[in-house]
Amino acid sequence: MTVNGSRWSGDVPARQTLCDFLRDELELTGTHVGCEQGACGACTILGDGEAVRSCLMLAVQADGMELTTIEGMGEPGNLSTLQAAFLRHRAFQCGFCTPGFLASAAEILGSGRRYSRRELRDMLSGNVCRCTGYEPIVEAVFECQR
Amino acid sequence: MFPRAFEYVAPASIEEAIAALKGSEFAKVMSGGMSLLPLMKLRLVSPELVVDIGRISGLDSIDDRGDMVSIGALVRHYQTAEAQNVPRALAQAASYTGDVQVRNRGTTVGAVVHGDLAADQPSAVLALGGVIVAQGPNGTREIAADDFFVDALTTAVEPDEVVTAVKVRKDGMSAYDKLGRRGGRTDYAVAGAAAWLQKDNGSISDARVGLTGVAAKPTLANATAEALIGTDGSDQAIEEAAAKAADGLTILEDLYGSVEYKTHLARVFAKRAIKRALSA
Repeated sequence: MTVNGSRWSGDVPARQTLCDFLRDELELTGTHVGCEQGACGACTILGDGEAVRSCLMLAVQADGMELTTIEGMGEPGNLSTLQAAFLRHRAFQCGFCTPGFLASAAEILGSGRRYSRRELRDMLSGNVCRCTGYEPIVEAVFECQR
Repeated sequence: MFPRAFEYVAPASIEEAIAALKGSEFAKVMSGGMSLLPLMKLRLVSPELVVDIGRISGLDSIDDRGDMVSIGALVRHYQTAEAQNVPRALAQAASYTGDVQVRNRGTTVGAVVHGDLAADQPSAVLALGGVIVAQGPNGTREIAADDFFVDALTTAVEPDEVVTAVKVRKDGMSAYDKLGRRGGRTDYAVAGAAAWLQKDNGSISDARVGLTGVAAKPTLANATAEALIGTDGSDQAIEEAAAKAADGLTILEDLYGSVEYKTHLARVFAKRAIKRALSA
């Protein structure tokens, strides 16, 4: 598989989830693990450009895929457009949900289509912010569509 | 959190998948894994073998087959939702399934085979007179959706069979509507309904209505369909027919609603789905 542009090949235990593989084997701990059962969306990453929950995929299922985690989206001093918009809008409080939201938002922007705030709320409904800071998150994504 | 240890195979053909299933005491077929993996992580299900059909080619297309549309086992929810040739009830049900992440990975056929009473697409497949295509050691058989849903999370698939496709009828008018657990149409359904109708000379000549989330399994509201046939599809006719949505059914309560509330929702969503189908 390819993770953030780097090729990786090797064996993984059948029962290892993709999020555990990313965090424990590749030490990419920016992918956060919340509910671990497909409800909270914190572990969302991009798999072949699509937002996927890395806690609900086995690592072995990612064989041959191209993955992008938060570590592949930008870095301090060189933030992605979305990250900069999140910062500008203060679209995070504790920050735990942020990597997942950024992955979901990246798929939305990648589509090249423009959505209303209402549609964006629906499209981001697979991610939960327990600080309940949804307004600035939706605003940040909405702004990036322009 | 991770599942109990299991063996994993990713066969390249359906025949190989069936052979793997046949050689195991307790194997589960996985496509998207959106329902199976949470159950395995919670250790409610611990198969000794997972047969990942995700690498089998030729299962990822939506094809016109005469008067039916065939949805392959690896067609994901978002593809079903967006396809132009999928009947509206199923496309709408797919578009309201889970959330974006679930729709990116989960499959329509997987949702049907899982048979969750709160999942959207099984009742749409019921309303659309669906046929489930299962391949096993003795060949391929077609199971009518009416006979497919046996009980809660229990379907007619045998342990050594792989469901390769679900077919639904193309004719008529159809629609789906639901109340999601988080309001609107998001998340699992508290309740929902799919309606399929045919009109002939201004009157409804045939109808089927499937219900989500109110009985132990995806269920047909036969009393509503029968009451609708022969009418002109007026608001009053729809109202009267939808009032019978729970007739003859055992409505169950769950965390999301009492029997009374679920009965009410069955009627409300039967009505909405029928109206939506007629306004196509």
